[in-house]
This record gives sequence, structure tokens and C-alpha cells, in this order.
Amino acid sequence: MAVGGRVLQAAGVASAGRLARVHAWWEQEHVFGYGLILPAFVLIGCLVAYPFGMALYFSLSDYWVGSPGQFVGLGNYREILGNEVFRQTVANSFLFTAIALTGKTVLGVWLALLLARNLRGKRLLRGAVLLPWVIPTALSTLGWGWMFDSLYSVVNWTGIHLGLIAPPGPNWLGMPNYAMAAVIIVNIWRGLPFFAITVLAGLVSIPREYYEAAEVDGASSFGRFRYVTLPLLKPVLAVVILFSTIFTFNDFNIVYVLTRGGPVNTTHLFATYAYQIGLQGGNLGQGAAISLFMLPTLGLVVFFQLRYIRKE
Amino acid sequence: MITGVRSRGARLRSTAFGYGNLIPFILFALFPFYFMLITSFKSNAELYSLKSVPLWIQKGVIVDHYRYLFMRTEFFTWIKNSLIISVVATSISLVISILAGYSLARLRFRGVGSFGTAVFITYLVPPTLLFLPLSQVVVWLGVADSIWALIVTYPTFLVPFSTWLLMGYFRTIPREIEECALVDGATRMQTLLRIALPMALPGIVCATLFGFTLTWNEFIYALTFVSQSSQKTAIVGVTADLIRGDIYYWGSLMAGAVLASVPVVACYVFFLDYYVSGLTAGAVKG
Repeated sequence: MAVGGRVLQAAGVASAGRLARVHAWWEQEHVFGYGLILPAFVLIGCLVAYPFGMALYFSLSDYWVGSPGQFVGLGNYREILGNEVFRQTVANSFLFTAIALTGKTVLGVWLALLLARNLRGKRLLRGAVLLPWVIPTALSTLGWGWMFDSLYSVVNWTGIHLGLIAPPGPNWLGMPNYAMAAVIIVNIWRGLPFFAITVLAGLVSIPREYYEAAEVDGASSFGRFRYVTLPLLKPVLAVVILFSTIFTFNDFNIVYVLTRGGPVNTTHLFATYAYQIGLQGGNLGQGAAISLFMLPTLGLVVFFQLRYIRKE
Repeated sequence: MITGVRSRGARLRSTAFGYGNLIPFILFALFPFYFMLITSFKSNAELYSLKSVPLWIQKGVIVDHYRYLFMRTEFFTWIKNSLIISVVATSISLVISILAGYSLARLRFRGVGSFGTAVFITYLVPPTLLFLPLSQVVVWLGVADSIWALIVTYPTFLVPFSTWLLMGYFRTIPREIEECALVDGATRMQTLLRIALPMALPGIVCATLFGFTLTWNEFIYALTFVSQSSQKTAIVGVTADLIRGDIYYWGSLMAGAVLASVPVVACYVFFLDYYVSGLTAGAVKG
């Protein structure tokens, strides 16, 4: 449209000249580039960076819902560290993340190896495996809550009839260790598809010649997995595990719907405890401090993630 | 995976091994949905009887739980809210992300790398870190306790995700085509809209599907920013409002859970391949 501008300018229209200048300015690569990212960064600035700053400020003040409080320095943090329930929450979070991640990694790689086989109905199988990841977590967790019901649990019923569980079976959501196990099982159930499908994509990209060469060299199927598959899968696995660490560590939905952190706080994670203190209890300052305790761990994971992606 | 000259018996055994080992996984993945579905069609007498077999429906299919949902709750309002929120938030986010994604993937200007990193870091910031301050921000914006609180806040996780996803797709378009268009006198905006956009269409479909799924399924913001029933989303309505006091009415709860999952499942069934490619692109493409 630069031509149009010039024609108008020749005809003596002054404002059109200014328009052409604006247009030429806008057509510069860097101006256009900054212009296009502007909306995204205004959004990130106002609704991510600014609230993040607010969370920092909340955590340093005596801020309650409806009444902005005074600056109290590290008072909230000190108080939380002395709190028995918080220490329990920290232990829960790490235990939950460690077990759930290990489970998802091992089962995910195994499932991906199975799905990579040349089986009939491959697409259907993959579709079925991915389903738990697509359904709203809060709703499927509700279903799991019914499966773990104290009286009518289908898990117990099946276990008892298969002779695996001694009747009457555990009250899954009402006993500390069982409740943690239940929460971890649901997290693995819901996170497994992500692992399996991503690792599968990594598997498919391994050149077939490598396996043929290994087979010629007389490698067993385990040897092929150990010396061909695993090393070549490492980059994909690293990224998936880092991603999943963040989202497992920050889980809210499963614990909130299944146990609300109970029984006696044995399944509370950072997010659910922050919710309980900050919103249900109204103590925003302390709630913010609790959720910010996740930050060092998160920061570490993000650091590794970035380093990894840069290397690629 | 490995082809070679193998006997028919060995191939058969390998196939049997594959299916045999997949069965537990498939059962594990699908059983909860099956169980939710049959629960929603069972009579209360059957649900709450210790003598009945819970694995299938013994005493006849009933639709009372669904009828209850339609007649006695605000289920349709919740579905409508969810639809409005998903469509509006996804559309807004898509426009912002297409612009940002194109810019970060295609144009050369100072700081483009750091901006890309910033988007990536934002993508990794979990909602659970921001829900407390955002609950105050929506109050100040005057949108608290309404669907607008969610329309405003959902782009905070959609934009970083979609931008990151779209950057990958824009990078795969050959630069020469756009350069030709520029030489031929097209403006940069025209090049973006007429050349790059159509070629990145699979990416845009993918970002739309994920945007819709993520907003429809979102829970923590919807739970914390909205408390009046008429403004709730389907997910929160079902999980919170169908439980009266401490009593769980499992029949209607499961009916609500099944119905509120239908839109996402429908999308999923039709666009399975996009979901698979989007899922792997987010983590693998980088």
C-alpha cells in the first residue's frame, strides 16, 4: 500500500503523507515485531508478573481478605515453618511427587514400548490410552472418589472377590497411608498418557537401522533397550520428566476433590494447603507464603528445563 | 518395531505378548469411565446395596439421575457458562498468540530470544502459584464472582501455551515464500494473514482444541473466583453444587460428570491426531 500513499502524496494530500510515514515506520521488521508481541506482554505483565509481585507482597504482610494489612517482614514465613501441618505438607508434597513421577516414568516407558509395536488397531489403542488426560480431571477424580467409597468401594469389592484383599478392605480415603496411595494412583492414572504418548513420539523417531545393527551384533531385546532405546530416548525423557515434575508438584485438583487434604492433613500439598489457609481461612498473607515455598523447587526445575532446551 | 526374518510362531507370540501386556493398561485407563457411566444409570437401591455386584447394571437402566440434573439443578446454566467462557477466552488467546508466536518465530529484532524465554517461563508458572493474588485482582477489576473473572484470567495460561505451540508451527514454514510476498509489495500484516496463517493452519487447529480443552477442564480458578451458582462452570457446578452438606448423591454426581465431559470427548474423538501432535509438540519440539 506504499504506492497508494505516494500517489496521494503527489496529489497534495498532507495527512496522507503522514499516513505513509507511519506506514513505513510500521513496516520495519523490528517495529512490526515488537508491535505483535505487545498484546501478549501486556497480558503477561498485568495478569502474571504483577500478581506474582502481589503474592510476594502478600507473603510479607498481614493481609487478610478484605483488609490490607501491615508489612510484617518474614513473619509469615517464620510462623509457617513452626507449623506442624505445614511441615507435614512439605513432606507430603515431596513424597507424592517422587512416587507419582517414578510410577509415571516406569509405566509410561513400558506402555510406550508396547504401543510402538506394530499391532492392529494401533490408533484405537492410543486413543483409549490418552483418554484420561482429556477428560476434566476434577470430574474423573470424582469418579475415583466413588470407586474408593468407604462402604461401596468397587476397588475393594473386586479385590476381595479376586482374593487380593482381606475383607472388609481398607477405607481408602479415611486412612492416612491409603489416602496417600489413592491420591498417587489417581495422579499416575491421569499423567500416564502424557508420558506414554510423548515417549512414543521419541521412540518412533529412533532410526530402525540402529536396532538392526544391534540385532546383527547379537544384542538381546533387553540389550537393545538398554544400549539403543534408552540413550536415544534420554532427551525426550528429560523434558517430559521436568514438565511433569512441575505439574505433579503443583497438583490441586486431585487432592482437593478426593480428600481435601485429609485425613488429618496427611495428603495436603502446597496448593491445597495454601487454598485452605489463604481462601477458606482468609489469611492471604500466610496462604501466599505457603505457595511461594514451592518457588525454589520450581525455579530449579525451570532452570534445568531452560538449559536443556537451549542445548537442543 | 523390529522386522527381520522370523518364524510365524515367533510373530504370533510377539503379537500375543503385545496385546496381553496392553490389556491391564487399557483396563486401568478406561475402567473409571465405564464405572462412572454405569453408576449414572443405576437405581439408588442398587447403588447402595452391599449385596449387588457393582461391575454391571443388574436391576435395570434408569434415567432418574439425569432427570434430577435437568429439572432440579442449574446444570444447563453451568454448561452455557462453560461454553461462553471457553469460546471467548480461547478466541482472545488465539489472536494474541498468533501475533506473538509469529513475531517470535519469524521476525528478527533485538531481544527476540529473551522474549521467547519469557513466554516459556510464563508457560511453566503453575496456576496454583497465582490464584491467591488473582482472586484479589478480579475484585479490583470489578469482575469478581462472574464468568468474566474467568474470561479475563484464562488467557494467562492459554497465551503462553498457544504462543509456544504456534512458534513451532510458524518455524516450519519456508521463509522464502514470505519474502516473495514482501518483495511483491504485500505489507507485513498481509504476509502474516494471507501466507503464514493458512500454512500454519494445523497448528492453529491444535491451539484451538487445546485452548478449548484446557478452559473447559480448568478447575482452581473457576472454584476460587466464582461462588454464585448461576455463574459457575460445568466442572465446578458438578463437583461443588451437587454435593449437599456432606452427602454425596453418587448417581446424579456421575450423571453430571458424564454429561460435562461430553463436549471435550466429542472434540477428542474427532480430532484425535491433533491432540497427539499437540501433546508431543509442547514437550518435544521445544
